[in-house]
Amino acid sequence: MPPGRHRIRTRPTKKPLINYGHWWWALPAIVLVVGVHYAATLTGGFFAFTDWTGLGRWNWVGFENFARIFSDGKLTLAVWNTFLLAIGSVVLTNVVGILFALGINRTLKSRYILRTLLFMPVVLSPLAVAYVWKFIYQFDGPLNGFLGLIGLESWQKTWLADPNWSIWAILVTIAWQSTGFTMVIYLAGLASVPQEVEEAAAIDGAGVWGRFWHVVLPSIRPSVAIATTLGIVQGLRIFDQIYALTGGGPAGATETLATQIYKQAFQLGQFGFGSALALVLTLVILGFAVLQQYLTRSPKD
Amino acid sequence: MFRYTKATAVREVIMWIIALLMLLPMYILVVTALKSDEEAITSSAIAPPTAIDFGAFVEVITSTGRNSIMLAMLNSVIITAGSIVGLVLLGSLCAYVISRRTRTWSTFTFYLVLIAIVLPAQLGTVPLYIGARNLGLTGSAFGMILLWTGMMMPLAVFLYSSFFRGLSTEYEEAATIDGAGPTKTFFRIVLPLMSPATGTVAILCGLIIWNDFFNSLIFLGGSNVQTLPVAMYTYVGSLISAWNKIFAVVIISMIPILAFYMFAQKQFIQGYAGGLKG
Repeated sequence: MPPGRHRIRTRPTKKPLINYGHWWWALPAIVLVVGVHYAATLTGGFFAFTDWTGLGRWNWVGFENFARIFSDGKLTLAVWNTFLLAIGSVVLTNVVGILFALGINRTLKSRYILRTLLFMPVVLSPLAVAYVWKFIYQFDGPLNGFLGLIGLESWQKTWLADPNWSIWAILVTIAWQSTGFTMVIYLAGLASVPQEVEEAAAIDGAGVWGRFWHVVLPSIRPSVAIATTLGIVQGLRIFDQIYALTGGGPAGATETLATQIYKQAFQLGQFGFGSALALVLTLVILGFAVLQQYLTRSPKD
Repeated sequence: MFRYTKATAVREVIMWIIALLMLLPMYILVVTALKSDEEAITSSAIAPPTAIDFGAFVEVITSTGRNSIMLAMLNSVIITAGSIVGLVLLGSLCAYVISRRTRTWSTFTFYLVLIAIVLPAQLGTVPLYIGARNLGLTGSAFGMILLWTGMMMPLAVFLYSSFFRGLSTEYEEAATIDGAGPTKTFFRIVLPLMSPATGTVAILCGLIIWNDFFNSLIFLGGSNVQTLPVAMYTYVGSLISAWNKIFAVVIISMIPILAFYMFAQKQFIQGYAGGLKG
């Protein structure tokens, strides 16, 4: 039965005691969400199978765009770099983040100041942070200066112009900025670890590692799920830092799907092909999000 | 057992050393920006300036035209504030209705919003850009506010929904008994009660909007309306290796957000730790 008719007929008896707003209050937000998210994404998915350039006529090209992505060496490298940065940053920020959280958890007198300081990079603009690191990685910059100081002159290099090292330099920049975020998630998780159980385990002779593995880690499992899922989704779409640090170079060594989407669609006007790259990225993100939910769900369910 | 022992003191010292090492890039940033043009090239990166020189800051603040950092900051403030107003107003209204009503459509709407949070935005960027271009909304602050209000709406509705679900209906019942209509009840009773959720929405969405480079580059690139990150990118591109000036731009762009952070760091951290647990 249509809800409207139902309401008219039964209004005198079924009218709720309190009227919680009008239904049309939700309308502007719903229209915006449908327009900006659903309609745009579906249209983009359609463009991915065309050769549209943003102007004039377009043709349906089927899977041609996708065949081009996976046969072009530069673009397959971009796909691998996307994976490398996402997985690398998740591993790095989660391992270091959990260590930071354990390091400042409980008893420390200055734990709130430390938390504020270690979280600070998270609020900064990724672009601004990238410029600071660009300076650090310069050939006559502080990193090479430090290596020279400790007698490792042979390790000195132009980090961002080196095809083997530039992607790792970007990874460190990302990790530096987002470790505070995982730390804060783990601090919130650690607050839920039952202190009595941990004390009891310690009295029973469990070492630091045993307590972490058997008491702390199971309690913070939800935090691990949140931190890794958000980290993967963020990591797969990294753009700002790459664009500022290397612009995708040297010779495409640090291109990712995100930088290629921007270049193909908005610099070269290949809207169809750019959308195909975006569709690949979308499927990768959704795939990882589902996989993550599956891997980090608690063993009981 | 969790008392302050010698081992705790050692741990505290180690964590301070780590924190200071983590903040070393910020130190380099500040000292370099305060050096003169010549000293910035010749001196060591970690050496403090021999004489504090605000020349780089003066040059950046007084820059004009496309490079005007102050104008870009004003644009960033307008776009961020306008989007937050839209998100708070439309987001809270939507969340209120769908979490207080239990009809099929309200549940459906909630899931519609929830899925949109996970849906990556990249695929929609091209159609949105073309749509905005055809409507003359690229390069305009209003267009950007509209875009951001739509983009961040799922997160705002989700945050408000979880808040309203935990909020008892007693206040609204009392207001209804006293004869207040739904509009009056919402604006006089519910709106003041929801300020913690509004704080989380403003901080999380505001930070994403303020710091965004990708969308601003696409929708505002090449126009006269530049946000801070886009202006910073253009400006830095014209300053080849003049690091004291580059860092002056970077610092000026960081000041508003750091000031906010110092002022409300607890809300920032709690917003991130709690708000994103969806």
